[in-house]
Amino acid sequence: MKKAISEFFKMVLIFLAGRFKKFTMRFKKTKTMKDYMMVYYSQAKSARLTGRKVAWITSGGPVEPLIAMDVIPIYPENHGAMIGASKMGGYLCGLAENMGYSADLCSYARSDISCATVNGGPIGGLPRPDMLVCCNNICGTVLKWYEIQARYFNVPLFILDTPFCHTEYTEEMGRYVRAQFDEYFVFLEKACGKKFDFEKLNHVGHLSHQGQLLWQAVLDTAMHKPSPMSAFDAFYHLALIVTLRGTQDVLDYYTWLLSYMKDRIARGIGAVPNEKYRLLWDNIPIWHRTRWLSEKFASHNACLVADTYTTAWCGALRYIDENNFIDSAAEAHARIYLNIGIDQMAKMVIEMIDKYDVDGFVLHSNRSCKPYSFGQLDIQKIVERERGIPCLMLEADMTDERTFSESQISTRIDAYMEIIKERKNKK
Amino acid sequence: MKELTELKKVVSHPYAYIRKYKKQTGKKIVGYCCSYAPEEIIWAAGALPVRLFGTNQNIHLADTHLQSYCCSLVRGILEEALDKTLDFIDGVIFPHTCDSFQRLSDIWRLNITGQFHIDVVLPVKLDTPSAKKYLADVLEKFRKDLGRALGKDITDAQLARSVKTYNKIRALVGKLYELRCANPQIISGADFHAVIKAAMIMDRDQYLKILTQIIKQLQKAKPRKNRADAKRLVLSGSVCTHPDMYGIIEKAGGVIVWDDLCTGYRYFEGQMNEKIAPLKAITARYLKRVICPAKHMELRGRGENLIRLVKQSKAQGVVFLLLKFCDPHAFDYPYLKEMLEAEKIPFMLLDMEAELPSAGQLQTRFETFIQIL
Ligand code: SF4
Ligand code: SF4
Repeated sequence: MKKAISEFFKMVLIFLAGRFKKFTMRFKKTKTMKDYMMVYYSQAKSARLTGRKVAWITSGGPVEPLIAMDVIPIYPENHGAMIGASKMGGYLCGLAENMGYSADLCSYARSDISCATVNGGPIGGLPRPDMLVCCNNICGTVLKWYEIQARYFNVPLFILDTPFCHTEYTEEMGRYVRAQFDEYFVFLEKACGKKFDFEKLNHVGHLSHQGQLLWQAVLDTAMHKPSPMSAFDAFYHLALIVTLRGTQDVLDYYTWLLSYMKDRIARGIGAVPNEKYRLLWDNIPIWHRTRWLSEKFASHNACLVADTYTTAWCGALRYIDENNFIDSAAEAHARIYLNIGIDQMAKMVIEMIDKYDVDGFVLHSNRSCKPYSFGQLDIQKIVERERGIPCLMLEADMTDERTFSESQISTRIDAYMEIIKERKNKK
Repeated sequence: MKELTELKKVVSHPYAYIRKYKKQTGKKIVGYCCSYAPEEIIWAAGALPVRLFGTNQNIHLADTHLQSYCCSLVRGILEEALDKTLDFIDGVIFPHTCDSFQRLSDIWRLNITGQFHIDVVLPVKLDTPSAKKYLADVLEKFRKDLGRALGKDITDAQLARSVKTYNKIRALVGKLYELRCANPQIISGADFHAVIKAAMIMDRDQYLKILTQIIKQLQKAKPRKNRADAKRLVLSGSVCTHPDMYGIIEKAGGVIVWDDLCTGYRYFEGQMNEKIAPLKAITARYLKRVICPAKHMELRGRGENLIRLVKQSKAQGVVFLLLKFCDPHAFDYPYLKEMLEAEKIPFMLLDMEAELPSAGQLQTRFETFIQIL
């Protein structure tokens, strides 16, 4: 009898412990972005000690196979954004220029290349890679950049070559990209010294797909007026879908974020207290001036409700078949926003203009990023023709703060907002 | 040499030549701007492939499509398309190279009407089985696309004939490089440059005839003895847009004995196997050729090639000719520079802005470099 009682208490204890765990889990979900990123980077930095491999990968690259192989993915571009946000870009870019790299090259690449040699920057440099994975669906810069790092670190480089889809994604392209996924698996088996785990890949692919759907749902909340979030919030929360795509963490965090945004909608709270004007942003953020720009626009009661940049991580969702990860991933990686013709890009911009019901379109002409910026003038013309909304082009650099002229940009935004206001008042 | 005079006339007024040619022959004119354009297929189709170099002068129309940080080559080509200088073109083809050309293709397609437009989306890496297969697929697709645009089938027999012609031209130009390398005084830099450029403009059969004559005569010619002490240089970079770079270098006391340019030796390098299917032969050549920096082959391939060229041509230094805002070349420069340093090969860098420096300024810069050799 006594034994039975003690068994019972034991059961109760286990049950309570379970409840308690669930209880704490609820709190875990409110882990901040900083917490996630800290855990992520400290894990990456201690990879040597824990015996895990580290791969550097481009932001548009297929990360799911790495996660399936328990490799820690590192994103130099995300690091570049951190460098920009901490205003260390100018210094690091300058170092690269001393190494012989032209000041006209992409500032992510420049700052990463010099950072690797001095282990500087906001987090004391990135952990050394065991392998490099470069997908050129965003630009030709990453190809050259990863070649440089492959020479510097003397580690294997895998290139996923996604042919540019000017007007079409041809059968030949499909076969080529698909075949490279097989080459990618072989590359990983060799680099990791173990068999590729396809079952796990399906699971990771599923999580990745879920994460992208959630991210899209978060961004969609901006359709509401007033918008509960701004593009500047999106720039911040983006870090997880970039760096931890394919993990449960992303789902936990974005599930929380989505409910948070919905709650704001329910309570009528807008990102900009007195939202009167809604704008769409194009191109990579000006990382060293996000706060300033956000306040600048807010002072005009304008909210940048959406942008073409953060949607890139869910923009190819339509090509993904969650039950057939590998085949559909090939197409999804080739047809992302930066790997298509500018007429198709303009079409997507117009869809966003309608979806988020914006009054104006602000284009960051980004000296660093030629594939994103060349063609913007034509996109602007198409938008003006098709939707007749005012457009503003600001020339800057995403990471290199040295040439940024605050007063000049400020004046231009003021003048632009006058046009927007006048136009809206007339309506 | 009257043949040389003829080539120089073509090169100094290429568009006049092409217009007249088009009128006389009724042939279609196909524009392209990269040494990865499969010209052999265009020529086989009975059309004239013409390389576009753009202009440096009076750019204003292109400014409404391209920001200030775009290279002068892309900007200059777009300007000539927009201001109708290139209205004799029947179609244009864009092989995939750098990000800037990639967007130029889009901008062109959306703004220039009345001609056909074909993107040849080549692989970026050239050293894996799947890339090789894809390259072959893309060239086959191009043959069909071009055939459709011109309203004809491009047959194997036509391709084989074209391959032969190109092989002969390339072999002869290779011979010219060798002759000049052995004996730089044999032909002036300006004349040499004209021979090279004409190869990208003229009717290829006519060009082959003239080139054969020129080589014959040069082989017989006694080298002039003047300025045998000129310093031997290799030119490396993308496109030489300066009309008289060779002449200026010669005035400064140097002589270009070889090059690693898109519009130079890289364009002529490599023979195609005439015993296999012509399309296969064309593909195979691209897979062997020294790459342009927008493509990927080996991690140090371009550097090794450059050092080999310097040694083979017994050059004393290298001149890097880089266009401002050209990403692929700018990314390669530091590693090429390092490899040259390790070999103790002197070099200089000439960063070419849209505004070309005056001949006098250029000459002084070359003189400073040449004096240390
Ligand atoms: S900013 Fe542009 S050029 Fe630089 S890595 Fe990103 S996509 Fe490439
Ligand atoms: S390779 Fe360089 S020079 Fe050539 S078009 Fe591209 S950016 Fe311009």
